[in-house]
Formats: sequence, structure tokens, C-alpha cells
Amino acid sequence: MSKDIYVLAEQRDGEIAKVAFELVGEATKLAADLEQKVVGILIGDQIKDKAQSLIEAGADSVIVIEDKMLAEYVTEPYTKAITAVIKECDPEIILFGATSIGRDLAPRVASRVHTGLTADCTKLDIDVWKATPEDAGQKLLFMTRPAFGGNIMATILCKHYRPQMATVRPGVMRKLAADHSRTGEIKELKVKFVPADMNVVIREVVKEKHKKVDITEAKRLVSGGRGIGSPEFYTTLQEVADMIGGEISSSRANVDAGWIDRERQVGQTGKTVRPELYMACGISGAIQHVAGMEGSDCVIAINKNDTAAIFDVSDLGIVGDVKVIIPKLIEALKKYKTSPI
Amino acid sequence: MDFKLNKTHLLQQEMFRRFAENEVKPLAEEMDETEIYNRELLAKMHKVGLMGIPYSKEYGGVGGDYLGYALAMEEISKHDGSSGITISVHTSLACSCVDGFGTEEQKQMWLRPMVDGSKTGCFGLTEPNAGTDAAGQQTKALLDGDHYIINGTKIFTTNSGFADTFVMFAMTDKSVGTKGISCFVMDRNTPGLVVGPNIKRMGIRAASNCEVSYQNVRIPVTQRIGKEGEGFKIAMKALDGGRIGIAAQSVGIAQGALNEAIKYVKERKQFGKRISSFQNTQFKIAELQTHIDAARLMTWRAAVSKDNHENFGQNAAMAKLFASVMVNDVCRDAVQLMGGYGYCREYPVERALRDAKITEIYEGTSEAMKMVIAGSMKIF
Amino acid sequence: MKIVVCIKQVPDTNEVKLDPVTNTLIREGVPSIINHDDKSGIEAALILKEKFGGTVTVVCMGPPQADLALREALAMGCDEAYLVSAREFGGSDTWATASIISAALKKIGYDLIITGRQAIDGDTAQVGPQIAETLGIPQVSYAEEIYDIEDGNKVIVKRQFEDRYHIIEVKMPCLLTALAELATPRYMHAGGIIDAYQMEVKALGYEDLKDLLVLEHIGLKGSPTNVFKSFTKQAKGKGTLHKELSPDEAVEIIMAKLEERHII
Repeated sequence: MSKDIYVLAEQRDGEIAKVAFELVGEATKLAADLEQKVVGILIGDQIKDKAQSLIEAGADSVIVIEDKMLAEYVTEPYTKAITAVIKECDPEIILFGATSIGRDLAPRVASRVHTGLTADCTKLDIDVWKATPEDAGQKLLFMTRPAFGGNIMATILCKHYRPQMATVRPGVMRKLAADHSRTGEIKELKVKFVPADMNVVIREVVKEKHKKVDITEAKRLVSGGRGIGSPEFYTTLQEVADMIGGEISSSRANVDAGWIDRERQVGQTGKTVRPELYMACGISGAIQHVAGMEGSDCVIAINKNDTAAIFDVSDLGIVGDVKVIIPKLIEALKKYKTSPI
Repeated sequence: MDFKLNKTHLLQQEMFRRFAENEVKPLAEEMDETEIYNRELLAKMHKVGLMGIPYSKEYGGVGGDYLGYALAMEEISKHDGSSGITISVHTSLACSCVDGFGTEEQKQMWLRPMVDGSKTGCFGLTEPNAGTDAAGQQTKALLDGDHYIINGTKIFTTNSGFADTFVMFAMTDKSVGTKGISCFVMDRNTPGLVVGPNIKRMGIRAASNCEVSYQNVRIPVTQRIGKEGEGFKIAMKALDGGRIGIAAQSVGIAQGALNEAIKYVKERKQFGKRISSFQNTQFKIAELQTHIDAARLMTWRAAVSKDNHENFGQNAAMAKLFASVMVNDVCRDAVQLMGGYGYCREYPVERALRDAKITEIYEGTSEAMKMVIAGSMKIF
Repeated sequence: MKIVVCIKQVPDTNEVKLDPVTNTLIREGVPSIINHDDKSGIEAALILKEKFGGTVTVVCMGPPQADLALREALAMGCDEAYLVSAREFGGSDTWATASIISAALKKIGYDLIITGRQAIDGDTAQVGPQIAETLGIPQVSYAEEIYDIEDGNKVIVKRQFEDRYHIIEVKMPCLLTALAELATPRYMHAGGIIDAYQMEVKALGYEDLKDLLVLEHIGLKGSPTNVFKSFTKQAKGKGTLHKELSPDEAVEIIMAKLEERHII
């Protein structure tokens, strides 16, 4: 009988990724629904001492697989490792972060063990699925994720194959506050790696942040209009953008005035954007601008004028002075980041 | 009779549409403001086969037809009339003379580079004193052994600012009137060929259009296209085809302007409502689209009749006459629909209106078109 | 060198709009295109062919209208095209799709397989790696740049991660999944389009592939996952407007919203 919810604790250079803790946090909820346990899978080279942090984040136990070949992520050795866990432990569910590692690894594993995999989930639930109304039903993982370019949501089931596998979007699930008093079993699983498992050669590893300055690709935009008062304020807006993982953009007027690049212009004669978050700072909301951003998931607008048209398309509207509010917002964001969670 | 495009034309149209939106549209405003045609864009147009559509693969051309060429002209002109005329003069005027009347050697030497993506051509017929009265040529070509010496001035030669290949016309025998005109082809670097600066114009400002003077230009007789005295016939045949291009350009400019106006009226609110919800706006747009469609179908008919080797001159003249009047009306109304913003250079419709005017003038004025049509109808 | 590019014809989901009345997607009139990542794969393959010689074969699994995508690939310069299509294949999830495409690839033969990383309709990014596993060949996903092919069979490729990249050497036969950044796709050539419609798009149906397929692994019945339901996201309602807040109160409300929307 398959059981327990396993979470791949993805790591780079020995640091466990934030998404792993988010998934452990989510897994504890799912495990409670199933009355089962949460098991972390930690794969790497000399990584064992990090296992405790997974216990403290909510895992009941951790399986550790160590080998020199696992120091840097390569598909085959990692696939072999996870497959070994599946063969050994028969998990009910395995969760991966939908990262450039998870989305390379999980499909290969799912194919190798012949099971179902759902990609980039934003919501997970345990619920009862019945084949027919008279059926007693079985508890399954209901995996909800965006499709069709984000235009629709789909809920997927993996009814007859195990483990039920999912890659989960980072930044969506909640990690629990670390509980340093928690204990749990940390077990090593010995997997035999052979040279042929390293079927590619890593010639070089280059560490760099991936920079994107195309505002149409940004998931969060902090946008400035006339109301920001001066070109220097874009530096302030950039601080906000950096803190929330976004980019700055602008309405037309400031671009024409030479305050910022035309590349950053949102609007009818600029670019059309549909980010998760659009912060309109000192933007009046003329149709020429709104036409370029009204498809945003969430619009927060700050403007001195309470009749500004931007408030017609905002989820949250604040009548106020951006020059005062934004610096205070930066302070609040700084405090939030450093507070222990 | 099927009015739908076949699969090949549909896919070509799709490519033209994408190219126009991604490559031409972003540059159109700047080119118009600076009055400089973007040479990289020109090279890209050559690379995707936009400059040799109705010419045979035997000479390195695309192996397409005039209908395909008309589709290209429309899609490109939706975003930029200047790009449209650049393609049209090269394709319909310069290339057709060599293709229709050149010897095999001349086609390999002069046509091939123009249709395989290497070189751009231009067409020098009009002179300061010879417009609609094209027969009033004053440029002379004097035979000197096995060379011609050419002297004279051409004006309004589109593409001449950067063209590599010059097809032009000159008098070899003034005593016989139009039957004394001959056609010649030469390279831009021929000594004595002097291209003047870009002529400042109301519209299609990015297109290169200059005065070209020929000062004792000496070319071998092998660079005469066709027989001596055949020049007028060659020019008129070229212009017949060119009219299809201009008709298509007009349809494109008009459709582009109307598309912008439609986008605008769906967003603009006055009196608490979108102005697209007013019946006046709806009726106006319905009328404009009807006229554009009529012009488009006339253009397609002319193109298909040329592709079928029929007598297409009247069809082409009618399409050009109708489409050029239409595009001026449509663009004026498109600006009106957009009100004050339509008049601003930030939006492309005012450029469309400025570009539209020339279609009633070049490659045969509307008056000349009526002469052609009445003549074809044998109304004397 | 035989390069095989796997492509998918998808609706242009950037052009899909929500009907504000019924809250459902308006699918009519949405143009079908070659998926962006796949198109970059085609371009990368054509560049490799120009540099190193060989052939580029394009394969597409889809309904009959996917013929258009294959013609476009041919018009870009591909040498041959296959349409993998059959009633039996319909309803396949990524596992089943990978099984079918792998069978087609076995029949066609390959040295280097290039797929797109992710399709803009399914958005799973799973089929490429699952094909590689089914064929038992190495995969390099998130391919951002192909540097070289050494000794005729070693591909040197840049593999992107969020915080780094690897320069990988992988021997053929192998599979790469292409990022859109891998190459900027060329336009179709006006004459290439005419050629494309004079070439044959070869069909591979169930009869052609059944010896290489396991019937239980294809179609709706062969899919380990299925869609339980799909729904559109809530249409945007009018938000809240706060007029009388002090700057500190305003910041509090903004922070709460950012938390609510998982921005922080």
C-alpha cells in the first residue's frame, strides 16, 4: 500500500531551496488529511547535516542520499536516486518544486516508474473521488494548475498509478515557522551509482543571476506616472521592484519627458502587460495607459486624486502621495524580509 | 469562381503579415520623421523574398505570382506606405522591364541580382518636363559606335537614393516621337550618373525619391533593353503591372488606418459610453470597410487576370483609380473618427492620410487612368 | 547528422480573451501557431545544419489541421515533415503523448532530437524529458545556447538554471529541450512557402506505429493523469478604494494585500 507524502528537498551548493520548505509546509496539511506522514528526500554530496532543517520545517522524517555524483544537479543520477526511493518506500505522493531542476527531474522519474505527473501546481487538496455516485470513493490528491497560457485553471487527478506526482510553483505554498524542538528520523538510503550514470560532462558551472528586462515578461511591475514628481523617484520604485522580484515600468508622459526608457512604457503606444501584480504609482489611468495593463491579476494604485480613472481598474486603491507612501512601504518590506518566519 | 485564397497564398499572406507587424511597424514612425529608409529593413525584405515575388525561380526569383505580390503589398502598406512603394517600384517597374524584354544574358546579369535578394532597382521615366506626357522625353541617348552616351535629368525616381540598378528611358530618335524612346539598364556607379538629395514630400517621406542626372553617361549597347524605339511600350507595360501594386498599396494603407480607428473607438469613451456604441460610428466604419473590400477585390481581379496572361490593363487602371480615391477618403475619415488624437503624430493614421495622397498621382495620375480606361473601352 | 525537431501546433494563448458575460474562453478566431519554444528549436536545427551539414526533419503530433504547422516548418527550410495523427491518439496526457512520439521517432531515426521546453497551452514542459526517458537517451533541458558540435557527435550546450548555468557536453543520440532564447526563428521565405506546399507531409497513423506502441499506453485510456475539471479564473470585480488613510495605515493595507496575493 503506498503511503506518505514525500517532498524533494532541492538544494544547490548545499543550500536547501526555499520552495522545499514551502512544500514541506503544504505537505503537513495534506498529510493531516490523509492521516499519513511527511518525508523529506535530501539528495546531494555531504548534505546530511541539512536534514534537520527539514524536520524543523515540518517533516516527520528525512531520507538522505549522498554521493559525489550528486554534488551538482545532473538528470540521470538524480533520477536514479528518486527512483530508488520510490522502489524502496512506495510513496503515496511526491512533491517537487516547479523549478529548472524539478521540471527536468520529475517528468523523467514519472516516465521511468510509469506514473502520472502534474506540472506547476498552484493548489493542492486531498478530497474524495468517486468513479460512480454509489462508489465508496478514494482519497486522491486534487492538483490544480494554470493552463492555456494562464487563461484557465485545470484540476488534475492521477487515479490508478502511484506515486501521485506534482511539481509545485515556488512562492505559492506557505512554509511553517521553524520549530527547533522537533525531532524525526534521518535515514540514509544507499544507492549504487556507476560511472555510466554520469551520461553528460559538466564542462563548466557558472553562477550568475538571470536578468530579464522585458517588462512583458515580468511577473510584478512597479509603475510610475506623472505623480512621482521627478526621474530620481524611479530609483525608489526600483527598490520596491527589487524587493518583490519585479521590474519598473512607466506611463507615456515620463517616457516622453526622457525620465525613463521607452522599453518600459506601458500603454496603447507602448507595451501590453499582464503581470501578477501591477503597482500604479502616481498614474492617472487615462485609457491610453489602462489599455496596456488592465489584464493584470492584481492592481494596486496610489494617486493623490480620488477621481483618478486608475481607481476604476484597481483591486486596491489608495488616495495619497506616492512620494510619502512608497518610502514607508520600502521600510515595511525591509522589516518583513528580516523577521523570522 | 472562388474568392478565397488558396493555401499557398494564405501562408504567404501570414508571413507578410508577421513580417510587417514585427519588422516594419516598429520602424515606420521613425523612418517617416527622419525621412531615411532603414537599410537593414531593406536587406531583411530582400532576405525573406519580398522583392522578387512574381519572378521565376529560373532567375533566382520567388516563383510566385502577382496575386501573392498584391497580398505582400497590402500587408506591408498597412503599416508603412513608404515600404510599400519601395517594394513596388523595384518589383513592378524595374524588374519587369528586364524580365519582359531582356535577353537571356541581360536577365542573368541584371534581373537575377534584383530578384534573388542581392540588389535593389529603380525606374527613371519621369522628367521635370515629362510627367503624364511621358512621350515628351528630353533625355537623349546618342549612339557612338557600340556605346550610347546619355544626357538628361530624371525626377522623382523612387529608390534612387540607394538603388544598385537603374532602369531608365531616353530618346534615341527624337524625330519619331514616342517610337523614338529606348530603355536602358545600368549600375549606380556608372560614371556620370549623379543622384541628388531626397526630395522633401508630403507623404511616403521615408521612401527615397530623388532627381537623377545623367551627364555623358557612357554604356555599351548590350545595356539597352529591347529594340531601339521599344522603350515607350516597355515603360507602359511596366506601369500596367505597377498599377496593381499601387492599388494593393492603397488597400493596405486604407485597411491599416481603419484598423487603428476601430481599435481606438472601442476604447474611447465620451458621454459615458464607448464611441463605438454610437450608430453613427458603426455606420461610418461599415461604409469604410465596404469601400476597402471593393478596392481589394478589384485589385485581386487585376492581379489574377495578369497571372492568367489576359489583357489586364483596363482592370489594373480601374483598380488603381478606384483604390487611390478610396484610400484618401478612408484615411480622412479614420483621422476624423479618432478626433484630436488622430491628428497627432503619435498615432499612425495622420501618416496614412499623408501617404495616401500620392497614390492618386504616381504611376499614372487618376486622370491618366481615366484616359487608359476610356481608351480601352474605345470611347473616342 | 539527422536532427529531428518535435513541434506542437497551439492556439495563440496570448490572443485568447475571456467572454465577460459567460466567463468562458473565446476560442474561435484564435490563430494557431507553432509553439514559440519549438520554433526556436527549428531555427537552432537549421543553423546546425547550415554549419555542420545533415538534415532537419520536423515531426508534429496533432489533428489534421496541424499540417499547417508542418508546412510552415518546411517553408523555413526543413527537409521533411511527419504528421503523427490518429483517432487512437486523442486524449493523451504527457506520458501517452511521449509514448506515441517516441514510437514515431524510433521509426524515423535520429541523432539529435530537439523539442521545445514548454507548450503555451498545456504548459507542462513534460513531454520532452518523457520522450528522452522512453528512448533511453540523455536529456539536456532549458537549453539556452548550442555552442558547438564536436567530433561530429558531441553537443556542447548551455543549460540554464535560475541562479547559474552549466556548459554541458552530451553525446548523440540525445535530446535537448529548447528555450525560446535558444535562437530567433527566421521568417518563412516567400518561395519556401511555395516549395512547402509542393512537398509531401508524411502521415504516421496508428497502423504505421502500432508495432512500436503499447496500446495500453496511448490515448485517454492510456493516460495516468486526467483532467477532473477546468474553469476560468474569477473575472476582475471592482476593488476597494481608501480615501482617508494616513501614510502608515496605507502601507499596512498594501502589505496585507501583497501578502494575500503571495507577492511576499
